[in-house]
Amino acid sequence: MFANFMAWIDKRLPVTDAWNKHLAQYPAPKNFNFWYIFGSLAILVLVNQLLTGIWLTMDYNPSGEGAFASIEYIMRDVDYGWLLRYMHSTGASAFFIVIYMHMFRGLLYGSYQKPRELLWVFGMLIFLALMAEAFMGYLLPWGNMSYWGAQVIISLFGAIPVIGDDLTLWIRGDYVISGATLNRFFALHVAAIPLVLVVLVFFHILALHEVGSNNPEGTTIKKPKGSVPEEEQSKFKFHKNYTDKYDIVDSVPFHPYYSVKDIMYVVGFIFIFCWVMFFHPDGGGYFMEAPNFTPANGLKTPEHIAPVWYFGPFYTILRIIPSKGIGAIAMFSAIIVLFLLPWFDRGVVKSLRYRSKLHTFNLIQFAISFIVLGVLGTKPPSPMNNMIGIIAAFGYFGFFVALWFYSKNEKTKPVPERVSG
Amino acid sequence: MKKLIITLVAALILTPSLAFANSGAHLEHAGNDLTDKASLQRGFKAFIDNCLGCHQLQYQRYNRTFKDLGISDADGLKNWMYTGEKVGDHITNTMPKAQAAKWFGSTPPDLTLEARLRSPDWIYTYLRSFYVDPDRPFGVNNTVFKDVGMPHVLQHLQGIRTKDEHGNLSPATGGSMTEEEYDSFVRDITNFLEYTAEPSKLERQRIGYWVLGYLFILFIFAYFLKKEYWKDCH
Repeated sequence: MFANFMAWIDKRLPVTDAWNKHLAQYPAPKNFNFWYIFGSLAILVLVNQLLTGIWLTMDYNPSGEGAFASIEYIMRDVDYGWLLRYMHSTGASAFFIVIYMHMFRGLLYGSYQKPRELLWVFGMLIFLALMAEAFMGYLLPWGNMSYWGAQVIISLFGAIPVIGDDLTLWIRGDYVISGATLNRFFALHVAAIPLVLVVLVFFHILALHEVGSNNPEGTTIKKPKGSVPEEEQSKFKFHKNYTDKYDIVDSVPFHPYYSVKDIMYVVGFIFIFCWVMFFHPDGGGYFMEAPNFTPANGLKTPEHIAPVWYFGPFYTILRIIPSKGIGAIAMFSAIIVLFLLPWFDRGVVKSLRYRSKLHTFNLIQFAISFIVLGVLGTKPPSPMNNMIGIIAAFGYFGFFVALWFYSKNEKTKPVPERVSG
Repeated sequence: MKKLIITLVAALILTPSLAFANSGAHLEHAGNDLTDKASLQRGFKAFIDNCLGCHQLQYQRYNRTFKDLGISDADGLKNWMYTGEKVGDHITNTMPKAQAAKWFGSTPPDLTLEARLRSPDWIYTYLRSFYVDPDRPFGVNNTVFKDVGMPHVLQHLQGIRTKDEHGNLSPATGGSMTEEEYDSFVRDITNFLEYTAEPSKLERQRIGYWVLGYLFILFIFAYFLKKEYWKDCH
């Protein structure tokens, strides 16, 4: 019965073939470690955001007069509305934690290097869309921090010469942030950007499956056809799309091997997620900031305006430079250099395990600089913080510059042909 | 690799402590207990009698409060609602906003979310920190909220306090309550405001334990499922 039904479908749409090609017979390196779960987790969090977002939209009122009250309506009068809202707000922060870990994995094992440059660029586009999505979503509760945070960020565009002022006016739809801004941000947050995100994620995965996954050793599991003796190839059945062109080694089919592994990690992740959501939903004042529990007020500036923690690193880079225009350029450059990472790195060895000590050091200092910039972004400015910020910003940009120089003739260790063990 | 992870974890753990390093006035620990329904009821009563004239709880409904505090609707209507609202109404007052701004310098804020905006400890300390200051329109100032527009509404209960040159407050004349009675009274109000700031808080934590318990058990199964599948892969 079911077989007949599937045969009928498959004649019209290659569902079984797609299932096999991308899951049941997709060759994934058998040596994925902890760092490789964040891609799956990112999809999980994306689905969480989409679903809870849809349900929140049912009770949210996107207007300057009603937005704040409708959030409290959701928190009090809607059955389990508080749960939906906390899933969404915790999910926003979780999304960035997961994405930052996912990106860092790429740095650790050189997953952005040839032939995965486009995969990385799609990932960066997702990151960019995610930042826009989070920024616009943060205005919607219409709390005072929502308001002033948006005020600060939108005013950045005013630093662009000539068109700056008109551009900020165009973004806001008003001379100040108002209900008009809220309405357009709502439209973009619930319809436009989620669509873009989903499409980008689709292409990200498609690009991944075209080139195949990297692994912690940085080796390739796709050897030229006929180069590997039969008994050394992976014993599993893989889709002919891969086996026609390559001999597959050291691999397992994604499903069921990585699906069951991911399920385990997903449960672990949801455990931590739920611990935060049920017991610390405001994340110590970082996931939900205290000044946001009072409605937006254009006349009352919060004592210390800080964007949400996940924008911290970029906000600090903006803030340490006295000139707003140059600060904004530096901030956008911080994102652009990430896009260009595959071309900054001129090395051929991918994994940190076989690269030079210098590279390990550079990567560690980059990670520390990034975290320090993030911490500073949540704190009020002071001369001391500014000094530390400048040093950390040098660390951030220095990573890319140094990488470009040493990666050409880097002293690397020999990379094994095969994954051991 | 291990060193890298340790460094990152350490940085993440240190982050919050750094960011919280600077805060304003010293706050007393409120020590209120959300599960203490008698305290919540006393706080509710104290709020209606002393605060509601100026401060609304515009997001909180009477009947929700009755339900959560263990008061029947009939009882609530009779003993807790004075001005003829319906039980499903929000806890509001009829003070004209524009005029209130003239009287006090700014409109008395809504207090539904005050405990999340400022923290319960802040409310508790604030209500205990009024002192005599002849330069202010109502003759009082506050060490937690400098030059606050609000008069010391509870002065008849706490009495009058003065501030010495070190910034310490000491009682000048007593009120109708002893210091312990007043602290307990303020603690009840604090407790009630922590409740209104998030009425689902206890429910959230109660469900949370079940969810974590369930996930813990599910994790064990997921772990063995993974192990079973992977045992022939190495």
